[in-house]
Amino acid sequence: MLSFYKHFNSYNCYKYYTMTLDRKTAPEFKEVANINLLRPEHRELNNGCNVYCFNSGDQELVRVEWIFGNQRFNPEKPLLNIAVNTMLTEGTHSLTQAQIADKVDFYGAFLQVDYGYDNSTVTLYSLNKHLQHTLPVLKDIITDSVFPEKELETYIRNQQQKLQVSMQKNDYVARRNFNKAIYGDTLYGLGADAETYKTLNREDMLMHFKQMYQPTNCTIIVSGKVEPQILDLITNTFDSDWKNSTIRPDTSQPGITSSSDRFFFTEKPEALQSAIRMGMPTINRTHTDFPFLQVLNTVLGGYFGSRLMANIREDKGYTYGIGSGMSSLKHSGALFIATEVGADVCKAAVSEIEKEINLLKTELIPEDELSLVRNYMMGSLLGSLENVFSHADKFKNLHFSGLGYDYYDRYTEAVKTVSAERLMELANQYLDFDGFYKVIVGKY
Amino acid sequence: MVKFNRFTLDNGLRVIVHEDHTTPMAVLNILYDVGARDENPEQTGFAHLFEHLMFGGSANIPTYDEPLQRVGGENNAFTSNDITNYYITLPSANIETAFWLESDRMLSLAFSEKSLEVQRNVVIEEFKQRYLNQPYGDVWLKLRPMVYKNHPYRWATIGKEIKHIEDAQIEDVKAFFKKHYNPQNAIMVAGGDITFEQVKLLAEKWFAPIPAGEKYYRSLPQEPEQHDERRQTVTAKVPLNDIYIAFQMGSRLDESFYPAELLSDILSRGNSSRLYRTLVKEKQLFSEVHAYMTGSLDKGMFVCEGKPLEGISVETAEAAIWEELEKIKAVEIPADELTKVQNKTESTMIFSEMSLLDKAMNLAQFELLGDADLLNHETEKYLKVTAAQIKDLANNLFRKNNSSTLIYLAEKS
Repeated sequence: MLSFYKHFNSYNCYKYYTMTLDRKTAPEFKEVANINLLRPEHRELNNGCNVYCFNSGDQELVRVEWIFGNQRFNPEKPLLNIAVNTMLTEGTHSLTQAQIADKVDFYGAFLQVDYGYDNSTVTLYSLNKHLQHTLPVLKDIITDSVFPEKELETYIRNQQQKLQVSMQKNDYVARRNFNKAIYGDTLYGLGADAETYKTLNREDMLMHFKQMYQPTNCTIIVSGKVEPQILDLITNTFDSDWKNSTIRPDTSQPGITSSSDRFFFTEKPEALQSAIRMGMPTINRTHTDFPFLQVLNTVLGGYFGSRLMANIREDKGYTYGIGSGMSSLKHSGALFIATEVGADVCKAAVSEIEKEINLLKTELIPEDELSLVRNYMMGSLLGSLENVFSHADKFKNLHFSGLGYDYYDRYTEAVKTVSAERLMELANQYLDFDGFYKVIVGKY
Repeated sequence: MVKFNRFTLDNGLRVIVHEDHTTPMAVLNILYDVGARDENPEQTGFAHLFEHLMFGGSANIPTYDEPLQRVGGENNAFTSNDITNYYITLPSANIETAFWLESDRMLSLAFSEKSLEVQRNVVIEEFKQRYLNQPYGDVWLKLRPMVYKNHPYRWATIGKEIKHIEDAQIEDVKAFFKKHYNPQNAIMVAGGDITFEQVKLLAEKWFAPIPAGEKYYRSLPQEPEQHDERRQTVTAKVPLNDIYIAFQMGSRLDESFYPAELLSDILSRGNSSRLYRTLVKEKQLFSEVHAYMTGSLDKGMFVCEGKPLEGISVETAEAAIWEELEKIKAVEIPADELTKVQNKTESTMIFSEMSLLDKAMNLAQFELLGDADLLNHETEKYLKVTAAQIKDLANNLFRKNNSSTLIYLAEKS
C-alpha cells in the first residue's frame, strides 16, 4: 500500500477514496439534552460560617476556598480590600512569611489569594494526606494575620514597580480607563497609581482585616474527594474557636456614577497596535433577560466563529483576536468589546464594530447561525463541567448572585428556544453604539 | 495513573485511547511532529503560520470551525519550537465529527489564497501584539540567537522577522504540508467518554484511507557546547531594567532533565524558593525574580531572570543572582528542601489528572518522546533525584562560559 500511494499526491488519493467514504457530509450529531449539575452538601457552623461541600472524583485531593465579601469602598483608602487580601500570606503572630511559605510548599500544597471586585478569596489546594498539616496554616492566616511593616513596604514597592510595566501595555490601560469611565469612584472603577499606594498603612489594614475576615462574612467551599473525615477536619478547624468580633462587617457599597464623557483616547505615538475597549453598563445575572442577552453576546463576539471574529480577524485580518463579553457583578454588569488592532486600521476596526452592532438591531439572525450558536453554547456549558472544581465554580456563580439552581434551567431554556425576533428586540433595547463608552489607547 | 490503550494504523498513524467516563465530554488531540526547528532559516515563523492555515478549510470541508461549533465543540492549537498540537473538545456523543474534520485536513487542505492572505495579516498582528508592542516583548528574539549559534532554536516560534511571514507563498504552504502533515508524523489521542472499540472503528473509517506520505527524517544542525561568556546590553523604552542569564542545558530526554527541573524549583518555585526569599524579601534587590527552563527536545535553555528595584545597579543585581547560584554549586541542598520540591512535583502530577485535555496532551507528548507510558513514571524519576545530582548539575550549568547575559536597560526620558 505504501509504495502505491507514493505516486499520488494527496489530492488524487482523496478523489479515489470518495467512492467509498463520503467526506463531504458531516456525520450525524446529537444536541445536548440536559446538564447535570452536582449540588453541594451544606453545613452552617456555630459561628455562622456557611460551608458547602462537593464530593466527587478519583484523585485524593481537595480544594478549599474561603470567600469573604469585600468591605465598603472608602475613596480615601481605596486599596485596603486588595492589599489586605494580597498580604494575608505575609505573616501572623506565630508564623513569618517565610514559615508560611515553607509549610505550604513542603507539603506540596498551593496557597492562593485572589482579590475580586465583590469578594476576596483564599484558596488551598492540597493532597488529602497532607491536609492535617496544611489546614492549621490556613487557620492562622485567616484568623491571625498581622501585616508586618517590613513586608508592607516590600509589597508597596513591588506593586509600584509592576504598575509601571503594566501601564506600558495598551490593553491594560484601556481596561483601566474603561472601568473608571463606567464604574466611577468605586471598587469596580479603581485604577491605582504609584501615589495611591502611599495611603496604605498597617493600622488601617489590621482594622480592615478584623472587620472583614469574620465567620459570618465567610463562605467555605470544599471540592474534591471529600470523605466525611476530611470535611469534619475542615469544619472542626474553623468552628469552635473562630469567633465573630463585636464590629460587624460592612459589605454595602456606594452607588455607581458613570462618567458623563463617552470617548477616551490615550495617544501613544509609537504604538504598532491600538487597544480598543468599548461598551456600557447593563443588567447582571439576576435579571431575567440576562441569559437571552448572553446568546446575543455570543453571536456578536462570544466565540471563535462570532461575527466580530469572522469580520475583523478572519475577513479583514486587522487583529489577532477580538471578542465581546458580559461581566456580572453584585452591584452592576457590563457588556463590552475588546481587541488590539493594527494602529493604521484602528478607525476602520471601530467602524466595522459599529456595523456589526447595527446589523443585530436591523436584521434577524439567520436560523442556521442561531442554531449553531445554540449548540455551541450548550456544548460549551457541558464542557465547562470538567471536574468537581467546575461544579463548585458553577455554584459560586449562583450563590453570590443570590440565585438558585433553577437559573441553569432558565439558561438552557433561553439558549434552546430564544427566537431571532426576540434577539433583535434585545439588541435594540441593550445595544446602543452611540451610547457606548469608547476607550482607545494607541493611535486613532 | 493515566490508563490508556493504543494501536497503529497501516499508514503509520499512532492512536492512543484514554477512557474517562466521569465526564460527558471527549477530546481529540493530534500532535504533529513539526515545529519551528524544522523551518528553513530564510522562512522562519512558517510552522506557526501554517497552524493558522489549518483552519482555513480542507479538501472536502470548506470551513473547519463552523461544523464543529454546530455540534457543541471547541478547538484550538499551538505551535512551539518542537511541535504543533491541535485539539478539540466536544460532547462525547458527537465524537465522530472530530474524526471527520481532523481526517479531512490531514488528507489535504484547501490551500486558498484568500486564507493565506488573511492569516498572514493575522499572524503579523499577533507578532506585533505579543512581541513588538509589549514592554520586553522582544526579549526572546534577542536571547535565542545568543544561546544558539547553529541550531534552529536560534529563532523564536513566531519567526525572526515580520518579512518572513509577509513573503510566504502558497507553493511553500503546499510543500510544507506534504513534508510534515501526514499520518507517519502524527500522534492522535482520543480521550473521555468514549470506548477503545469505538475509536478503533472511527480511526479505521476516517484515517486509515489517508496515504502514509513520505517519512520526514529530521537532521538538524546541533548546537556545539558553549565555551565563551556571551553578553549583550540593549536600551529600550521600558520602565525598568531587566536581567536575563541563560545557560545551555541538556535535552528533554537527557538524564539531567529531572535534577534540572528540581533545581529550577528550588531557585524559584513558590514563596519559599531561594531567589524569591533572598533577593526579593531579605536583600530587597529585585521586585521579581524567576528561574525556569525551556524543556525543549534538543539542547535546552535554563534561564534566570529578574527586574532589579529602582536604585539598585544592574551590576549589584547580577552579582546577587550569581551569589545564589554559587551557593547551590558549593553546598548540597538540605534533605528537607529536596523533599519539598519533590512533594510539589508529586502533587502537581496528581492535580494535572483533573483535566481531561491535559491528560490527552501529556499522553501525546510522551508518546513523541518514545512511549506514552513514560507519563506514569515521571513522578518516580523526580523522587529518585539526589541532592548530590542537583549539586553536580548546578556546577555543570552555572558557569560563566556557559552563560548568555542579556541586560535590558530602561531608557530614561
